[in-house]
Amino acid sequence: MTILQIRNLSIALPKGADRPHAVEDVSLELAAGEILCIVGESGSGKSMSANALMGLLPEGVRPVKGSITYQGRDLLQADEGDLRALRGRDIGMIFQEPLSALNPLMRIGAQIAEVFEAHRLLTPVARQSRALELLHEVGLPDPKKAIRAYPFQLSGGQRQRVMIAMALALEPKVLIADEPTTALDVTTQAQILKLIEDLRRKRNMAVIFITHDFGVVADIADRVIVMQHGRIVEEGPARDVLLHARHPYTQKLIAAIPGPGGEAKDDKQGAPAILRVRGLNKIYKTGGGLFSSPRVVHAVNDMTFDLHTGETIGIVGESGSGKSTAGRCLVRLVAPDSGRVEMAGVDMASLSGADLRANRRRIQMIFQDPYSSLNPRSTIGRILTEGPVSYGTPRAEALARARELLELVGLDASAVTRYPHEFSGGQRQRVGIARALALQPDIIIADEAVSALDVSIQAQVLDLLADLKRQLNLSMLFITHDLRVAAQVCDRIIVMKQGRVVEMGSADTVLTAPEHDYTRALLEAIPGRDYERALKDATGVPACQS
Amino acid sequence: MKKGFARFARNRGALIGLVILTLVIVIAALGPPLYPQDPWRMVQRPFLPPFTAPGLPLGTDALGRDVLAGLIHGARVSLMVGLVSTVVALLIGVPVGALAGYFGGWVDDALMRFTEFFQTIPSFALAIVLLAIFQPSLFFIILSIAIVSWPPVARLVRGEVLSLRSREYVEAAVLSGQNSRQIITRQVLPNAVSSIIVLASLMVATAILLESSLAFLGLGDPNVMSWGYMIGAARTVLRTAWWLTFIPGVAILLSVLALNLIGEGLNDALNPRLARRGE
Repeated sequence: MTILQIRNLSIALPKGADRPHAVEDVSLELAAGEILCIVGESGSGKSMSANALMGLLPEGVRPVKGSITYQGRDLLQADEGDLRALRGRDIGMIFQEPLSALNPLMRIGAQIAEVFEAHRLLTPVARQSRALELLHEVGLPDPKKAIRAYPFQLSGGQRQRVMIAMALALEPKVLIADEPTTALDVTTQAQILKLIEDLRRKRNMAVIFITHDFGVVADIADRVIVMQHGRIVEEGPARDVLLHARHPYTQKLIAAIPGPGGEAKDDKQGAPAILRVRGLNKIYKTGGGLFSSPRVVHAVNDMTFDLHTGETIGIVGESGSGKSTAGRCLVRLVAPDSGRVEMAGVDMASLSGADLRANRRRIQMIFQDPYSSLNPRSTIGRILTEGPVSYGTPRAEALARARELLELVGLDASAVTRYPHEFSGGQRQRVGIARALALQPDIIIADEAVSALDVSIQAQVLDLLADLKRQLNLSMLFITHDLRVAAQVCDRIIVMKQGRVVEMGSADTVLTAPEHDYTRALLEAIPGRDYERALKDATGVPACQS
Repeated sequence: MKKGFARFARNRGALIGLVILTLVIVIAALGPPLYPQDPWRMVQRPFLPPFTAPGLPLGTDALGRDVLAGLIHGARVSLMVGLVSTVVALLIGVPVGALAGYFGGWVDDALMRFTEFFQTIPSFALAIVLLAIFQPSLFFIILSIAIVSWPPVARLVRGEVLSLRSREYVEAAVLSGQNSRQIITRQVLPNAVSSIIVLASLMVATAILLESSLAFLGLGDPNVMSWGYMIGAARTVLRTAWWLTFIPGVAILLSVLALNLIGEGLNDALNPRLARRGE
């Protein structure tokens, strides 16, 4: 039974945007109790389609053609009052970032009660008891306590559960989930996916699930729609689309999913150690006034490892595991509390002033966010030459080198005169890599260097890093939360949990025969594991080889 | 740049402000040579109302001086005081704020306590005290206004720097061996410039008001004709010759309004996220 139907929907973007339509000629149907996944990379128009359903398009963006029919009514013709009655009661929505979607100054219970209040339902007392039931239903531990809590007192996964409880409060027939697990750790993601699946079955609710992750799609979808540049390029039952993709774009996306077996792993343990880390500790103390004891977080707890020349070590862990702090301690962006970081016999952890500056050029970093890691007011040329110039290279020579570097990372040398905002996320990340190489370091620390990129771009950047590593004989520390990415690029893997190293070993061993329970839990939480096996059987090649 | 102006021009108030301010600037620059009447010279009998005597369109004041000449020459003083004192205030406030925000810790504590010391004293009272200590010359008037108006600049810049210094491109600059001075001047401050410009445009308006108020109280430079002085000199005859306070009052009102409108337009143009709302 079809409950929601979109016909030939086109949404116009304001003048001066990169294309005339955000969404063009999109048609889809949603049946009761069905989970429909809309997949696409950033800018494909997948979120726009969902926002149009709720009448939540940004100003200046408006539907110009088509219809959205829900229970015989065209939502595009409905006025604001009708839409308001519909939102929440018939169509619920959950968002990507649970922290910014909740009001930080309101208790959880009051926020859920507000949903009933907005629709003038129930008495205040009944609202509270219903809120409690809902929190119980979405599986929050200790709902009685949670109802009195403020959003900041809950973890990311718990906040997303609260958002789901709010969306479910009025028992909507359709739930729109816009990348609801993208900001969460894998283990939490697995729990939320299971929750959505359970609720759908219990309530016969239809779900539109927007995501960029094919693993998630494989785990949850009944039907899949693949979007590119605002158009639907492929549509069908999940099994067909995932295993026998017809459209080249879908095939490309599936091929780009990272997975084990990308690079031939070789044992570099025989090579000399270029970086020796011994007993590294970093403790953060926050708060603590006259009447309260400070909160102590042991961000890095007694970390010890060797990085050999030409080797790539992956540091894997969930958010808050201390992996980024560890990376920043090594380059002294953060001062470690104790321990030694030996690079060619020099202890980086104890250097200061000019000595630190002189040694730091040998260890460089690639940052996570391609949008905040380049100064928006500097040209690319300036970004790439500032480092060498401050170490005494003449400007002309540094500029010539910058041009070479840009070609090395696959950009045009003419980019030196342009500004960062003229480039896409993937291109910016290439600039970031070129900047790290400009000082000719021996060691590169890549801190979640591909996490913010779309899968196909991610695959390209990973290939580039692998190439550069071979050409320049670099050693690399690859910090990531994504075990699939780590599996593809790393020789050895270090798994961190709450500041401690819980497992360390060759990538193959850690991924196929993990020793620690936590590693096992992480591996099991990776979405789409069965699917990867099925894909391998269907096509004869693992997902990552393209 | 062209795009920025288009965004600025979309705010009609800002455009009106720009027109008024351009007019005031033209008068200040070209007025005295084109209208060389000495504003201190007595040219006619006192209290001549506007539009009554040929050659004296705005009449004369209590001592028979030409009001139009005063207005034209006063524009120069008011604008100069506004601009120069703002520049001086920025020269004090920006470095203090940048150092406090960038280095944090005890540097931040020391500089911010020093800033708060100035902020706890009402700025107008402090300006009066300073002028009572110094001689009331143009130089010291500008200095006093700058001294009482830099603390907000320092606080704004500190806030901006605090948020900018945790950006990844600043960390990258640290790693690439740049020293603190290079990082502050090349990485951090250029990204805070738009907020500083907006604040500065509003500060010019405040400085003009401050100068007028000081001159009204008789603390202005006795050797230069300014709008505030004209109002101050005419306040005793407010009931019999109201236009003598009204005319320079309107001049101040229009200039300050123009600067505020421009400030708002700049804010829209330089903060694209806010500007988008109107599209």
